[in-house]
Amino acid sequence: MLEVPMLEVRDLHAGYGAFGVLHGIDMVVGAGEIVAVLGANGAGKTTLNRALSALIQPSAGAIMFEGRNITHAGYDTVVQAGLIQVPEGRKIFPNLSVRDNLLLGAFLRGRANRARNLARVFDIFPRLGERLGQLAGSMSGGEQQMLAIGRGLMAEPRLLILDEPSLGLSPVLTEELFALIGQLNAAGLAILLVEQNVVQSLAIAQRAYVIEHGVVALHGPAADLADDPRLRTAYLGLA
Amino acid sequence: MAEIYAAALINGLLIGGVYALVALGLTLIYGVLHIVNFAHGSLLMVAMFAAWLMAEKAGVHPYAALPVVALAMFALGWLLYRYVIGRVSRGEDRAILLATLGVAVVLDNVFLTLFGGDTRQIESDLTFAVIEAGPLLLSVPKVIAFAVSLLLAGALWAFMALTDTGRAIRAVAKEPEGARLMGIRPERIFALAYGIGIGCLGAAGCLLLPSFFVSPHVGNVFVLVAFTIVVLGGMGSFPGAVVGGLLIGVTESLGGLWLGESLGPIGISLVFIAVLLFRPTGLFGAAR
Ligand SMILES: Nc1ncnc2c1ncn2[C@@H]1O[C@H](COP(=O)(O)OP(=O)(O)OP(=O)(O)O)[C@@H](O)[C@H]1O
Ligand SMILES: [Mg+2]
Repeated sequence: MLEVPMLEVRDLHAGYGAFGVLHGIDMVVGAGEIVAVLGANGAGKTTLNRALSALIQPSAGAIMFEGRNITHAGYDTVVQAGLIQVPEGRKIFPNLSVRDNLLLGAFLRGRANRARNLARVFDIFPRLGERLGQLAGSMSGGEQQMLAIGRGLMAEPRLLILDEPSLGLSPVLTEELFALIGQLNAAGLAILLVEQNVVQSLAIAQRAYVIEHGVVALHGPAADLADDPRLRTAYLGLA
Repeated sequence: MAEIYAAALINGLLIGGVYALVALGLTLIYGVLHIVNFAHGSLLMVAMFAAWLMAEKAGVHPYAALPVVALAMFALGWLLYRYVIGRVSRGEDRAILLATLGVAVVLDNVFLTLFGGDTRQIESDLTFAVIEAGPLLLSVPKVIAFAVSLLLAGALWAFMALTDTGRAIRAVAKEPEGARLMGIRPERIFALAYGIGIGCLGAAGCLLLPSFFVSPHVGNVFVLVAFTIVVLGGMGSFPGAVVGGLLIGVTESLGGLWLGESLGPIGISLVFIAVLLFRPTGLFGAAR
């Protein structure tokens, strides 16, 4: 790759206290790419996301975002730079209205275009527009997921991390979600997609990484990985 | 006879307004930090001394001093959280609780050493001023205290509901990790919320001074009432603090009338128990 990649992770080590989870992750996300991150439960996918968003400090390695070293940046700096995460478990603000949740999405970034972005989110998720005053905590799981994504979009992401966005969604909603991910990407947004839906993720992504026990076990073009027998073994932890 | 009751009722409402302001600070801190601020009474005492000192030494009337004292108390609260409470507790609820208790003990004793145990009062034309409302005589400082307290309560509500900082405070209260992902820094919000809660005390101190004595123990008088109001209204609830404050003010006043000064406070306990019997989470508390 000649140009500077959007995100470049080099030999990343991270964990919780003395408990290491990531043992040297190397990964690249190019501009405009969808990159899938796959792996069994407990492989370290969410930990990787938490390190990328600077919620935990890496113990070694480097994270470069658009050519800038953000390895030891604060999480607010990372948001400011446009690396936005829709986390596992959504983490919306249950005691705030739908509208207030979305407005806070633009707390640091995207404030100037807040009204326009709000309208755009309602375009994408008409349901949110109908529920402006409802407390987020009283919405259905699917609606909460829409809200979490909408809140992320309010920050005008340059790279959007989605951590298991289909968790708890019906097959129909999951289908819609993947269609949406495709649309967002078609509009130019780079996406790092962590998913358990291996088949759908590989269908939509350009490239994929399979994480096993905190290291990259496999990576390559998504189409190749889909046919790779090693994917199954890595995924099921049979290796 | 009816006039006596009407007078007691009105007086109760008036003092209840200031109770509400004191309780508002307490409930805000509880709602965001999930701790009971044991330093609340002591910090109200500090605010009253600040207002008293400005009146005695600089000749500034407590009402004129209100913005300054409220701001100074906000700053004191912010600093206390940033450099003492937040730092020693490292985010652990139990430790925050103890830290606020420690602050209370230190403040109480510092002021006892500096000012002795005497009660003090300011000389002001307003202290005994009354206005006639039909057959009733209303104490002017109490009317002012009531009106300004409710005004401030309304302003605080609007701040929490309509500004980004207010939204961030509410967001951090329930979902600090989600807030971090929006670039909101919870530690800053905690200090801010603590500062605002203490700033309310600055205003309350100035509003109380023209009609109340100040002494290093004065906080105790209010803090128990404020705790009662917060629990009664629903922990962390703004409307609960205001309605609870007024309710407790009236109860105290009518209780004093019916049962006498010494037995009167029983009324508060009775109302408290009755409310919690029927609504265990308080008047405006969220059902669990
Ligand atoms: N806060 C934490 N403190 C200590 N250990 C943790 C913490 N969070 C996660 N872990 C551990 O880190 C390891 C990796 O967890 P992680 O959440 O990154 O997995 P994951 O790949 O996202 O799994 P899943 O597919 O189930 O979401 C697990 O062994 C987990 O128990
Ligand atoms: Mg995970």
